[in-house]
Amino acid sequence: MPHDGHDHDHATTFQPDIKEPSEEWEFLEIALRELLIDKGVVSAREIADTVEAWENKTPEAGAQIIAKAWTDADFKSRLLANGNSTVAELGIVFEGTQLVVVENTADLHHMVVCTLCSCYPRPILGMPPLWYKSKSYRARTVREPRAVLAEFGTDIPTSTEVRVLDSTADIRYLVIPRRPDGTDGMSVEALAALVTRDSMIGTATALQPDGGRTAA
Amino acid sequence: MAGDSKTTTQAVERAITDLGGLKGGPIDRHEHEPTLTERRIDAMMMLMRAKPRAFWGSDENRRTIESLTPEFYEGSGYYERWVTAMRSLMIEKGILDSGDIDAKLAEVRARFPSNAGADGDKS
Repeated sequence: MPHDGHDHDHATTFQPDIKEPSEEWEFLEIALRELLIDKGVVSAREIADTVEAWENKTPEAGAQIIAKAWTDADFKSRLLANGNSTVAELGIVFEGTQLVVVENTADLHHMVVCTLCSCYPRPILGMPPLWYKSKSYRARTVREPRAVLAEFGTDIPTSTEVRVLDSTADIRYLVIPRRPDGTDGMSVEALAALVTRDSMIGTATALQPDGGRTAA
Repeated sequence: MAGDSKTTTQAVERAITDLGGLKGGPIDRHEHEPTLTERRIDAMMMLMRAKPRAFWGSDENRRTIESLTPEFYEGSGYYERWVTAMRSLMIEKGILDSGDIDAKLAEVRARFPSNAGADGDKS
């Protein structure tokens, strides 16, 4: 359609990279945001900064904690005794809810769920994955944890107890996965690269230095 | 308490959010990068709940989600439920006015006439 004194076809020359809102809940987001800004409850800057702050919270923070715990027994003891104050040693702010840290061993494997909603240790793992919030994961994990683990490709020997931790509005859990064999002498940084998000939720084990999975 | 016997018989009824132990299908493990709309809903929720505002706590948030109708809960996405709960809480806490929200919504819909299509025409 001609405009601005030139003639071209927008349909082929402009491809929007962000889908325009089309659903009622998307309109509601815009309406609430604009009203909050108009009324001075929050500023547009504050919302944008908060969006960016959450984009920057990733499982890398959790991986740092785990790698430190693997290499420093005293730190691990403190972490297991008091998650909140111990992650603060690494400059990580975890406030508002209690952080309970549990350790996976050859005899005991933990996995975390929130059956009621989506409670998750967000300051150290970022926003939860979709599957963590899914009805199937929430329903089945406390009923048939080994079947759920198998779907994640994680086989836990029957000799290992599987313990499921159900998060609450007040308590968040972080799992210390088993340290892979053959990692003696590796740097904290290299170890952190083996710690995946799922291994800290307990639906997987840590990676092996060769990229495989650690035997559970 | 007067309601004790009644409470006992009602205890077996599940809240819509109480899924633990129910049967379910395979878990969809596709990764999903939150959209800007989802991130903004998330950010607004965090700002409303965090100090210095602390307009409501996570327990009130949960109560609001749990009081959604089962039909809505079943048929809506995660952040769709969040933004709907946030609207209720903002009205309840006197932060925004219900009429103001409706008026603003109508204005927003009108900005996207091709998208608001069937839904927008209903109201």
